[in-house]
Amino acid sequence: MSQDPLEGCRISAGKKSAVSLGKALHPPNLLVVVEGTCGACVAASPVSAPEGSCSYNVAHHHLCVCVRVCMAWQGLQKGETLASLKQESENLRRKLEEERGKLTDVELHQVAEKVETVAALSIKTRRVLKGHGNKVLSMDWCKDKRRLVSSSQDGKVIVWDAFTLNKEHGITLPCTWVMACAYAPSGCAVACGGLDNKCSVVPLSLDRNENVTAKKKSVAMHTNYVSGCSFTNSDMQLLTSSGDGTCALWDVESGQLLQSFHGHTADVLSLDLAPSETGNTFVSGGCDMKANVWDMRSGQNIQSFDNHQSDINCVKYYPSGDAFASASDDATCRFYDLRADREVAVYQKDSIIFGASSVDFSLSGRLLFAGYNDYTINVWDVLKGTRVSVLFGHENRVSRVRVSPDGTALCSASWDNTLRVSRT
Amino acid sequence: MTINTQVRGGLLREQMSCFRKMEKVIVAMQDPDMGIKMRNQRLLITVIPHAMTGVDVITWLTQKYRIGEEEALHLGGMLVRYGYIYPLKEPRCLVLQPDDSFSVFFYSSFHFPSSAIFLAKKNIRKQGELMEHEKERYSLLHKRINHTWDFVVMQAREQLRTSKQRRKADRIVLECQEQAYWLINRPPVRSLPQFCYQHGRNFGGGGQGGTCPPHFFQKVRDAITLKTFLVLYISVFYICLFVKYCEQYQDHDPIMLGCLPSNPWISDDSAYWTINTEIVLVPTRLRVERWSFSFMELLSDPMGRKEFMTYLEKEFSAENLYFWQACEEIRHGESSKIPQKVEDVYKNFLAPGASRWVNIDSKTMDKTLEGIKRPHRFVLDDAQMHIYFLMKKDSYPRFLKSDLYKNMLSRAMVPQESKKSVFPFMRRQRHSSPSPAQVVAHGTEEDERTGGVGQAGTNSTTGARV
Repeated sequence: MSQDPLEGCRISAGKKSAVSLGKALHPPNLLVVVEGTCGACVAASPVSAPEGSCSYNVAHHHLCVCVRVCMAWQGLQKGETLASLKQESENLRRKLEEERGKLTDVELHQVAEKVETVAALSIKTRRVLKGHGNKVLSMDWCKDKRRLVSSSQDGKVIVWDAFTLNKEHGITLPCTWVMACAYAPSGCAVACGGLDNKCSVVPLSLDRNENVTAKKKSVAMHTNYVSGCSFTNSDMQLLTSSGDGTCALWDVESGQLLQSFHGHTADVLSLDLAPSETGNTFVSGGCDMKANVWDMRSGQNIQSFDNHQSDINCVKYYPSGDAFASASDDATCRFYDLRADREVAVYQKDSIIFGASSVDFSLSGRLLFAGYNDYTINVWDVLKGTRVSVLFGHENRVSRVRVSPDGTALCSASWDNTLRVSRT
Repeated sequence: MTINTQVRGGLLREQMSCFRKMEKVIVAMQDPDMGIKMRNQRLLITVIPHAMTGVDVITWLTQKYRIGEEEALHLGGMLVRYGYIYPLKEPRCLVLQPDDSFSVFFYSSFHFPSSAIFLAKKNIRKQGELMEHEKERYSLLHKRINHTWDFVVMQAREQLRTSKQRRKADRIVLECQEQAYWLINRPPVRSLPQFCYQHGRNFGGGGQGGTCPPHFFQKVRDAITLKTFLVLYISVFYICLFVKYCEQYQDHDPIMLGCLPSNPWISDDSAYWTINTEIVLVPTRLRVERWSFSFMELLSDPMGRKEFMTYLEKEFSAENLYFWQACEEIRHGESSKIPQKVEDVYKNFLAPGASRWVNIDSKTMDKTLEGIKRPHRFVLDDAQMHIYFLMKKDSYPRFLKSDLYKNMLSRAMVPQESKKSVFPFMRRQRHSSPSPAQVVAHGTEEDERTGGVGQAGTNSTTGARV
């Protein structure tokens, strides 16, 4: 969809690619860039130059970016010693600090100034789903746009037809605090997990008399609670995040671990799969205040963002897959651009004191719905960074908000034991 | 906030910042100039100083934070709920009344430890340099909870230590790169807006690369200006893409602009879903338009994919799409079937003289054939990507310009907005739909029938409206 201005160049951190930067950045003498090695990366050897080639190589030791771009070099000029160059480097760094103070960031709202403001929305609750006996911790929509699954603290997982308010299936798990639940893309199964350190897949039986719980199958095993789960594009693979600091990809049929993702230094609280063409990445957020983007095939951490000042409770991709939003206990939600590799917007207000627990985008990506621990849901204008409206109604903290797959409604799950489906 | 913190009984991390913020609000309220006007209120025989009315609180909040009245009421309610404001009339009812009943500031003892810890930490960190009002409170708390003071200080020290560990010691050196750009003057291209690209992250760790390659600095100045310009351009460019995406999809966003014939959640009429099911005779116009937004949109819609396949068959390049679909099945299918499926793909698409031979460049073909000897889930990824981009760059644009697509677009229907019922309070019957699990089990003939109104033997019940 996007026209990459540097055709043929991949400026994405984490990939080792021979970039013909030289071609794009004519004239051919140079280029730079540098620098820097961390303690772990010993490749501090001076760049030598195969002629005409340059490589943009980002090794992910988390801390080190060795970028060696080399083209035809000339040797050290006479009279320049290493010491003098080091001195120059110090001077440049000091100058940089000064310059930095004068600069302003490019923010999303500056670019979006000319965009029309969103008209004030009045969103009303259209359905209240009552039936859980305890706090509802998580929910997920089915692809048929009207069914949803929800899980609660007392170990119950219920599949509802939210349109008619029918409860279609009820599954009881032996553990409490079922924090993760997901609906399979085909609509034939649900996955759920929590304090039992496992994530199980339950096929939804057609026969009403059959005990659905009996067919539950354990798929994922972690060493700490399971905080989030999601099916990949099919029913056959399950991605989970856990309090043990890792995420993992499982094969549902065999229960085998296909890939594990290490990198978080604290509990991982949330994950989301990228809706991109190649469909190979996902983002996770955790208590170490970082949001990491992972490659599912290799298990590598491709990008990392640490702008938040407290635990990240939820992460969600923008509908195009080029950006994502995160919600945190520091009462802000932030929007990150993956291609530019930085945060581009912060959604906060002085009057919002309590942490945000969940976010989701509307279908066009223009609105961001965020559920907070002060029982409200704030609706933000993604482009302009302003708040469009506030939704009240829940009597306890909102644990999860999700927009339906066709964008017609918003469902919010809360610790007041109910789920509400709302619409303008 | 995690379960672990809750189980350990230490809600400290999250609630610390909440309490700190609430305390700031309370402190601001008590400000003699900008705060709320307080009076002495008589309650039975005692006189309560520093009392204020609920109305005052709400008005003050509305003005200070520029929020609506409902939100101010909610925020005030939170302050009451957490014990920062104490209602005098009905002490047990922790609700802020928006009337003339009086309330007073009150810090519930539950919070003493937490605010004490906060101040103790600050004291330790700043080595005694607390602000005036903090000093006052510190000594007040010290007096009140003397017996647990050691515990408080210990907790404070512990927290400081862990927070230091948590903070990232080193920063990604990519920032060095950015900073190097700005060493020099701003880019010479003045037509660009006056803001510059910069990471939100802290500067630091620049000293990591103590051993800079000597020749680096020689060419720095030349390179930086050019690359800087590009980086800036790219950054603004990418951001503009979000604006473009939102604008493109705005008409398709039901929450923002509504949907035709009506939103099912409002009108209780599932017609919207009926006309948009997977396979229909006549798709809606919006749906057909979406196929032109991106190749992925076209492929992810089953109808779109079918139309595209028809088009490709006319062009004799349908094998590309078949190949792509087969690769998708391998990638997302069951692990046990992978070797068999890969074998089939090889036979049908890759083997020389195969019935549906796909045209891949020789390098990718060699690599793929090598990989097939040890089949795994991602062995066909490169080939699949190659074919995908081939279709995207070649067949897809032509499809959009083709007569086939244009006819679809003109035949597509625009549903009429459903008429509001004569008796607006009459509740429509909400029909249930067959569960997707049922649909799949009954086989593919179900796909033909629309999934809207319940047909396949499920009883259409009216849900009890709560």
